[in-house]
Amino acid sequence: MADSPSNPARRRFLTGAATAVGAVGVGFAAVPFLSSFQPSAKAQAAGAPVDVNIGKLSPGQMTTVAWRGKPVYVVHRTDRMLESLPEMDDRLRDPNSEVATQQPEFAANPYRAREENERFLVIVGLCTHLGCAPTYRPEVAPDDLGDDWQGGFFCPCHGSKFDISGRVYKGVPAPTNLEVPQYVYVTEEIIRVGGTEEDVA
Amino acid sequence: MIKGLGKWVDDRLPVSHFWNAHLAKYYVPHNFNFWYYFGSLLLVVFVLQIVTGIWLTMSYKPSAENAFASVEYIMRDVEWGWLIRYLHSTGASFFFIAVYLHIFRGMMYGSYKKPRELIWIFGVLILLVLMAEAFMGYLLPWGQMSYWGAQVIISLFSSVPVIGPDLALWIRGDYVVSDATLNRFFALHVIALPLVLLFLIGGHIMALHEVGSNNPDGVDIKENKDDSGKPVDGIPFHPYYTVKDLFGLGVFMFIFAAVLFYWPDGGGLFLEHPNFTPADPLKTPEHIAPVWYFAPHYAILRAVPDKFLGVVAMTVAILILFVLPWIDRNRTRSIRYRSTAFKVNLFAFAAAFIGLGYLGTQPPTTLGTLASQLLSAVYFGFFIALYFISRRERTQPVPERLQ
Repeated sequence: MADSPSNPARRRFLTGAATAVGAVGVGFAAVPFLSSFQPSAKAQAAGAPVDVNIGKLSPGQMTTVAWRGKPVYVVHRTDRMLESLPEMDDRLRDPNSEVATQQPEFAANPYRAREENERFLVIVGLCTHLGCAPTYRPEVAPDDLGDDWQGGFFCPCHGSKFDISGRVYKGVPAPTNLEVPQYVYVTEEIIRVGGTEEDVA
Repeated sequence: MIKGLGKWVDDRLPVSHFWNAHLAKYYVPHNFNFWYYFGSLLLVVFVLQIVTGIWLTMSYKPSAENAFASVEYIMRDVEWGWLIRYLHSTGASFFFIAVYLHIFRGMMYGSYKKPRELIWIFGVLILLVLMAEAFMGYLLPWGQMSYWGAQVIISLFSSVPVIGPDLALWIRGDYVVSDATLNRFFALHVIALPLVLLFLIGGHIMALHEVGSNNPDGVDIKENKDDSGKPVDGIPFHPYYTVKDLFGLGVFMFIFAAVLFYWPDGGGLFLEHPNFTPADPLKTPEHIAPVWYFAPHYAILRAVPDKFLGVVAMTVAILILFVLPWIDRNRTRSIRYRSTAFKVNLFAFAAAFIGLGYLGTQPPTTLGTLASQLLSAVYFGFFIALYFISRRERTQPVPERLQ
């Protein structure tokens, strides 16, 4: 056998070409393994709407339901809370709910709720910073939150603050307002979280 | 007979060659001190984690429904289950104690410098994978802290621009941390990452044995060899250091056992109290804090008042270690012969790391955030200062031979 192969250029080309084709093959073979990490069909299907009865929720009270595995807060706001909303604007990052991903169109108002039922706030209880569940702090000016606290949500993990409409304060780690989910009133007393207008038509 | 069998095997497998190359005729400096225990201790802890881990999987059930109960089952009903579980959980904390001391040793004696840069890079990779391994393992008991800790850490990925939310979804395999997340973390924790660790540790040791160990004087013992080619300041690893390391192991096990039997939760540092409550996806614990070994990085994250930049700072705090061999431009290895400025800088760095670790376990307060910002500045300042200090540093002359 000769020390060097005959026609080394051709061998180098063939080796290179085979390596390239092999790399493409490895790339394709990786797809099923990487895609298998995506939510399964079962996880995608588990998004059924949830009904909440608000008939017994007295002013100032909050109830929590699980929707798609996430906590959804439903708050019956008091008159005082609603009156505090316009005063908050200066301290908020997005007072007019301009970040469209954070609420359905009907909630892009200071109440961040359906205008005909502005007393009831429906909101996903996961901080937009790193996903902790913020605590409901309805009281005015508690010791730990300062004199100008008008009630709202406080995240114990990293100290993000939201007003009683779930709008984020300036100077806290959370970048956006809390998310308002799609929801609809099935009757006057029943909210369907995840439901659309088609459910009541 | 036995000798004959040994030779038969040796003719077919390089057993004695391996023994000599890595132990009996592997020459290392004779002046290793206390700081040199941690490498071999880490190997022992790694084996401990593998063995106890295998035993735990025999009784553990990786599902959201059964995980918490199966851990309680291990603790109460499985014969010696409590011991195996506490060995594993205490082992995790001691793994990090030893890793951090081992890294600090490398920084003091310049063990990351030429020609040992690759050993150092393997080491930082091991640290990264170990962190992932510990994080995924912490989800498995499916307690409150497991759940919300995982929720927070996975949410970190969602702050990456453009692909962030999809990336977090891909990691979780669901819209929230759920059964799917638990199940995959189990697979990664017990199979994938331990295998990766094994390969990285192999690379770390092979690279080390190629160039030889550094030492507290930072003197290259291969510069001075006798006629037979052995370094005059070297002694064979076996029996000298096997015996020394066994002594160190004895002391280590003494401390380990004291924690294991009398203080297995480490006062809430090794096993956090909220984790004795089953995971509740609707309610975050009042105060959530990472396990102590992630606390310094967590404090850096919290110090930055911006979501994405906080994540960047935390990531850079670890990744910057990769380039340490090139940040430090001074050729003198050991702290013994370096300037006061270097010493002050290094100990400020260590103090900042410990301070951040304390702050990371505390609830967020205005003062705490301020302190975290200050200490984060010291942490990153170490690398910047080192770059300039090391350029024209007035070092003392390094001796030719070990002292």
